[in-house]
Amino acid sequence: MGVMKRVTMVFRAKANKALDRMEDPRETLDYSYQTQLELLQKVRRGVADVATSRKRVELQLNQLQQNSDKLDRQARDSLAAGREDLAREALTRKAGVQTQLEELQGQYASLQSEEEKLTQASSRLQSKVDAFRTRKETIKATYTAAEAQTRINEAFTGISEEMGDVGMAIQRAEDKTEQMKARAGAIDELMASGALDDMVSGPHDDIQAELDRMGAGHGVDGELERMKAELAQNAPRQIEGSQPGTSDGAGADAGSTAAAPDTAQAGEPE
Amino acid sequence: MIVRILGEGQLELPDSAAEELNRLDAALESAVEKRDEAAFRPALAALLAKVRQAGSATAADDLRPSELIVPRPDASMEEVHKLLTDEGLIPG
Repeated sequence: MGVMKRVTMVFRAKANKALDRMEDPRETLDYSYQTQLELLQKVRRGVADVATSRKRVELQLNQLQQNSDKLDRQARDSLAAGREDLAREALTRKAGVQTQLEELQGQYASLQSEEEKLTQASSRLQSKVDAFRTRKETIKATYTAAEAQTRINEAFTGISEEMGDVGMAIQRAEDKTEQMKARAGAIDELMASGALDDMVSGPHDDIQAELDRMGAGHGVDGELERMKAELAQNAPRQIEGSQPGTSDGAGADAGSTAAAPDTAQAGEPE
Repeated sequence: MIVRILGEGQLELPDSAAEELNRLDAALESAVEKRDEAAFRPALAALLAKVRQAGSATAADDLRPSELIVPRPDASMEEVHKLLTDEGLIPG
């Protein structure tokens, strides 16, 4: 008979069973409409849940990316300081973070697509529910009980198919969200316990400690030099603005506005 | 005739597409019956491709039920099998 026909029959059987239970079909239209509205609510909540889960994964992705970047910097600094052993260690840890990162990225994409599908399902269902409401009123107002039966059956079967489809989509999204919550919770726990955090940026960042001890890379002196160089490069206008003698006419306004917070800070002793 | 792709919505297809659809559907059914994973994925993809190629989306407020229903593109063979026997996949 074919897969398509058989699946259709399963959907129809479901609708027919519900129709058989109805004593007065016209009253049941109202009842069915209520159920439809409830399902719509459920789909909207589902969309919100998936979005929340997606945002949480997004935060974790950012954190992991920062960790990975930091380890990369540390590896470079270590190499520059002639410490290949430290660089190797940093890169090994980076590879570990990177694996987590890639896994999360895959799940992020799948949540995104689930969210999109559910949003579309929600708007499809909304259209059908609106159409059903109109049809329901027409049937109640216009047709005799005998005539109404056929029309009710058709509308009911159509909407019930949509509801079955959407119901499965929600179920699926819920399952995915649950899985994601569990995984995100595990990563949060790892970070909280220090296993991930310590490794990279926690108080016991041993690679950084070693680099600092050697005065290399991110050591205080190096950092100071780097900041001085950055300031000199990025803020010539601010310097101009705070030195009225060298300021030329154009851009003086922007210069003095930008310089204002600097001046305020310079006034503070610390 | 109206065909639903689960998770995506309904499309209207000309009746002339029926023969080709039946042929592709038979291949899918055989793969599911034999639990032949290697044949299942391409069979489902081919059926979906045909429905999409021959069909155009129905209006959003169209309440007509579908004549045929196709599983969603990323459905597993297990899911399709459950759909056929209605082991509680459709809620309600």
